[in-house]
Amino acid sequence: MIFVMTEEKPRIGVFLCRCGGNISDFVDLEKVKEKISKIDGVVTVEIDDHWCSAPAGQKIKDSIKKNKLNRVIIAACTINMHQEHFQELLEEAGLNPYLLERVNVREQGSWVHRDNMEAATQKEIDLVKGGIFRARCLTPLTPIREKVSRNVVVIGGGITGIIASLELAAGGYHVYTVEKSPTIGGRMAKFSKVFPSLDCASCILTPKMAAMESSKNITLLTYSEVQEVSGSPGNYKVKILRKPRYVDESKCIGCGDCTQVCPVKVPDEWNSGLNKRGAIYISFPEAVPRVATVDEANCLYIKHSKPGKPVCGKCIEACKADAIDFKMKPETIEIEAGAIIVAVGSEVFDARQKPELGYGIYPNVITNMEFERLTNSDGPTKGELVNPVTGKPPKTVAFIQCVGSRDEKFNPYCCRIGCTASLKHAVYIKDFISKDIDIYICYNDMRTVGKGFEEFYRRARDLGVKFIRGIPSEIKQKPDGSLVFNVFDATTDTLFEVNADMVVLAAGLIPPKDVEKIRETLKISKGPDGFLLEAHEKLRPVETLTDGIFVAGTCLGPMDIHDATAEGMAAASKVMGFLAAGEIVREPIIAKVDEDLCSGCRMCISVCPYDAIEMKEREEGKVVSSVNELMCKGCGLCASTCPSGAITVQNFTDEQLRSQVKGILVEL
Amino acid sequence: MKEFEPKIVAFCCNWCAYAGADQAGLSRIQYAPNVRIVRMMCSGRLDPMFVLEAFKSGADGVLVAGCHTPGDCHYLSGNFKAERRVLLLKRLLEQMGIEPERLRIEWVSASEGAKFAQVVNELTQKIRELGPNPLKGAFSNSSQNR
Repeated sequence: MIFVMTEEKPRIGVFLCRCGGNISDFVDLEKVKEKISKIDGVVTVEIDDHWCSAPAGQKIKDSIKKNKLNRVIIAACTINMHQEHFQELLEEAGLNPYLLERVNVREQGSWVHRDNMEAATQKEIDLVKGGIFRARCLTPLTPIREKVSRNVVVIGGGITGIIASLELAAGGYHVYTVEKSPTIGGRMAKFSKVFPSLDCASCILTPKMAAMESSKNITLLTYSEVQEVSGSPGNYKVKILRKPRYVDESKCIGCGDCTQVCPVKVPDEWNSGLNKRGAIYISFPEAVPRVATVDEANCLYIKHSKPGKPVCGKCIEACKADAIDFKMKPETIEIEAGAIIVAVGSEVFDARQKPELGYGIYPNVITNMEFERLTNSDGPTKGELVNPVTGKPPKTVAFIQCVGSRDEKFNPYCCRIGCTASLKHAVYIKDFISKDIDIYICYNDMRTVGKGFEEFYRRARDLGVKFIRGIPSEIKQKPDGSLVFNVFDATTDTLFEVNADMVVLAAGLIPPKDVEKIRETLKISKGPDGFLLEAHEKLRPVETLTDGIFVAGTCLGPMDIHDATAEGMAAASKVMGFLAAGEIVREPIIAKVDEDLCSGCRMCISVCPYDAIEMKEREEGKVVSSVNELMCKGCGLCASTCPSGAITVQNFTDEQLRSQVKGILVEL
Repeated sequence: MKEFEPKIVAFCCNWCAYAGADQAGLSRIQYAPNVRIVRMMCSGRLDPMFVLEAFKSGADGVLVAGCHTPGDCHYLSGNFKAERRVLLLKRLLEQMGIEPERLRIEWVSASEGAKFAQVVNELTQKIRELGPNPLKGAFSNSSQNR
């Protein structure tokens, strides 16, 4: 590779992009060209439809050689698009990739000033001038190469996290899967059937959960939470809190004897509170790990024992494996990891927020998650669908769609799964329970987007499910305990009165409660809906803006199991691509000290957020700052703080930034 | 005579504000065409000299935009450092005869395209009311086009 030295006079090539009309329809590029051609150092100004295309890339390389360019300016889209591609073009033409300057004239220009061509043109001229002035001060830089860890931390043990972990384990990476609950499996483990095939959810999921437990490449950290993340891409340090379950995982055989003798009875969150569990419990029979957990908030032994005077302790007596250990303390472990996948999932909208629908008031108004548990053979009724009021199977069931979703007062977005989930429940009733049960589905729009989903909708219609296009405004209870509501059907222009002995609410998905903690720990952006934000909605769906931190599954927004699985696999594959070479190449945007100017005042040390600066003895009696390249992240706090102007940040030097400001404002 | 069109330099951090401006573009939110963005990795990279350079070179206003306080800064605390500097700079500007309202600091997240546009519109309007930078023309431009 030949790098042109930059002591020679700048020879600048400016490449203005039309972006297929995205820019040139709103900016007079000929005028931009005319104005900037006169600036000192500009050798050529060229215009093309798409500089990102392969033939145009060849033109840039040819121009670099023909015009002996030593600076390249591309005035097109945001630097967050195509940057690596353009840097490669420079390298292929024998130029250092850091002699490239990007000017964003689409997102910051033509797209936001569409009704004012004169102003948009002037703005592009100013931005390109700034780029030219900055480009004159660019220097060649060498990317930093770093060895990386082959460990990966996956946060979340739902279907997305499980799939991502298994893929990585199969690829030879060591995975630490961190799950806050006592078992992995997530929401999918609570489902009875999955749409549109009506396969049993457990039959698909439990083999994957078992594989998680048996894989040598996976360390399961259940009942654990990520507390802190430090380090840098490729070499993160992840602090994980292991909450005490007061049961020794290595001794417990999962027999469940302890759960039988526990005198405490509290609502079982696994079954949406439809039944009770003890203070020592195993969430469900296929739990992984199949180990009991003590709920310390409700355990009599923990709450009431005094030194020398234990209270209760029945589980200790019942345990033949001697696994119960009330001396257990919270423990924090630290893991080195090259990359992190965030797959923390979502939560279900609390239908109590819409009291007019009667949830939490009438026991026979249930949510779609409760329907799953009532039809699950592991559930509180062993899979028998019964009306919670009468204890008998229902004769009429009504489903209400869009509960909390597509609702400006709560969540404006579509929950994406509610329609097909209710269809699944309706078909389940007709297929598995009785064709004679009447079913109504009250909906806004039937959104059955997915492979085979529309056909599934047809099947529900053929089975006699009645569809009413409209949402009731209030559900009332009759003296006999059954329910009644009025609903206006927009397709037939008719007001119906529906009598049902059970109502199922299609509650949508919302961001998880602890999303802010995760965001702050890992520095991930969130969207206006509160879900985590991917780096690019189309082209980088499982990446974040931070290298080595990936996102997948419903923490990004509502999606079904198919999409969550695909995202888990995508994230795993991105991690493998990121770590496979054993080293990563980092941008050389790091602080540099001019030892001649450094007075040794140590102000830089006090502002550095990463402890990346220390003092070193340069010669006898003179200490100067020294930057640890591996720890520096390039924020530039030290550079803007240094009173001697001795520290600068490569690619963001004082000279470069001040020249850019001058260039923007200079009148031609 | 042409109506006064303010020129505003905006120092945007790479992670939140610059991405927020991109979001405004992706959403085609139309806003005042008076701002020119300078990208930095962190708002805490803002050297007071950059702001003074902008006013010296004839900017009518300066916007500094970074990640929301307290917890959003990609570099933990750079946004707080930027905020302190801007507060001090406002006092300095006042002594130099430049209205402190010409300098504004704002937090814009990567998804807040609408907020970015709103801040630009407000600042542009404010500076329209204040009129041109009183220092404009006080320094020779002759050496700038090197």
